[in-house]
Amino acid sequence: MNGVHDMGGMDGFGKVEPEPNEPMFHEEWESRVLAMVRAMGAAGAFNIDASRFYRETLPPQVYLSSSYYRKWLLGLEALLLDKGYISKDDVASGHSVAPAKSLKHGKFSMADVERIMVRGKFGRPAPGPAKFKAGDRVRAKNIHPATHTRLPRYVRGHVGVIERDHGCHVFPDTAANDAGEHPQWLYTVAFDGRELWGPDSDPTIKVSIDAFEPYLEAV
Amino acid sequence: MSEHDHHHHDHDHSELSETELRVRALESILTEKGYVEAAALDAIVQAYETKIGPHNGARVVAKAWTDPAFKQALLEDATKAVGTLGHVSRVGDHLVAIENTPGRHNMVVCTLCSCYPWEMLGLPPVWYKASPYRSRAVKDPRGVLADFGVSLPKETEIRVWDSTAETRFLVLPMRPAGTEGWSEDQLAELVTRDSMIGTGFPKTPGAPS
Repeated sequence: MNGVHDMGGMDGFGKVEPEPNEPMFHEEWESRVLAMVRAMGAAGAFNIDASRFYRETLPPQVYLSSSYYRKWLLGLEALLLDKGYISKDDVASGHSVAPAKSLKHGKFSMADVERIMVRGKFGRPAPGPAKFKAGDRVRAKNIHPATHTRLPRYVRGHVGVIERDHGCHVFPDTAANDAGEHPQWLYTVAFDGRELWGPDSDPTIKVSIDAFEPYLEAV
Repeated sequence: MSEHDHHHHDHDHSELSETELRVRALESILTEKGYVEAAALDAIVQAYETKIGPHNGARVVAKAWTDPAFKQALLEDATKAVGTLGHVSRVGDHLVAIENTPGRHNMVVCTLCSCYPWEMLGLPPVWYKASPYRSRAVKDPRGVLADFGVSLPKETEIRVWDSTAETRFLVLPMRPAGTEGWSEDQLAELVTRDSMIGTGFPKTPGAPS
C-alpha cells in the first residue's frame, strides 16, 4: 500500500538526532509491547508480514505522530481484534470477558523464549528456476498494490542491476494477507543515485533493495 | 529498565498514561486467556536486555580484522561464518556482511519499517526507526552522515542497503590504523554500533572513549 510508512526519499522530517547513551527502552511499557508482539507471533496468532501490514494501515496522522512502540501496540491490538483473538468487550473492560481462541502453536511459555531469540526461517525450496542472474539489468515494476508489499515507491519504474541472488523466500505480499507463502526468488538490486533522484543527485550514491522476482521485469 | 514489577496492577491508575493503561490491559487479557505465560514475557524482555547487543557484532568484526580466512568466509556467508564462533549468539539465516573499503562506504537502513540485525547489534536505536533517518538515508546519505558528524571524501562511493526483505546487513568497517598487533579483545573495544550500521567509524586508538 502507498502508505506514509513508505518514506524513502521524502523530505521535511528534519535532522537525524542520535541520543547519547540511549537506553534499550525509554518506558517499561515499551518492553512489554515488544514481548507481547514476539510471544503472540511465536504462538501462531500472526506472521511477521501481517504484523508489519497492521502497523502500515494505521491512519497516516497516527503513524507519524506515534512513537515506535506505540505503533507496535496499536498494530497488535488491531491485529488481534481482526483475527478474533481478543474482542472489543475484552478491550473495553481491560480483562478477558470473551472466550479464548485456540492458537496454532499453543500457549507461549518459558520453554519458547530461547527459540525466538533467533530470527525465523524465511528461505524456501525453489518452485522453479530463477528468472534473473547477477549482472542482469532489471526494472522495478510500476505497480501499486493496495495491500502489503516490500517494493518501496522510490524505486518503482527505475532500472537497476541484479547483484546477488538470495534464493527463494516467503513472499510478504501474500503472506501478510493469509494468502499463503508463495515463495519467490529474492535478489539484491542496485540502483544509481541519478537513476532514482535525477541528474542533480550526488553521483557517488548507489542504493540497493532486496526485491522479490514478481517486483521485477527484464529490460 | 530492570525487573518487571508484578504488583503494578495495584498501583493508582491516575498516575499512568493512556498508553500504559492500554498496555497493561492488553497484557491482562492475553494472560487471562491463556495465550501467554506472564513469566515468559518477563523472560523475553530479560533476554533482550542481556543476551543481544552490539558486543556480538563487535566480536565478529574484530575476528574478521585479525583472521583473513574468517573474513573471507564472513563475506561469503555471514550466517555460516558467525555460526562457527561459539562465543557469539546464534544468528538467523541470510545475514550479509558488507565490507567498507577506501573507495566504498556502506550504510544500512530500513525505509519501510525497522529491519535490523538484532542478533548482531541488539535492538535498534530510536533514530534508526524514526522518519528522518528512514526518509533521507536513501536520497541524501552524505547529509545523514553529517548529522552524525561523519564526513567522507567526496569521491568515496556511498552504498546504501535498504533492508526490504528478511536479509540482514552488517557493515564490516575498516580496521583503524595504529592497531597492528592488537588482540581480538582489544580490537573489539574499538568497534562501535554505529560503525556496523555505517553511520560512524570505529574508535581511534588512544582517543578518549
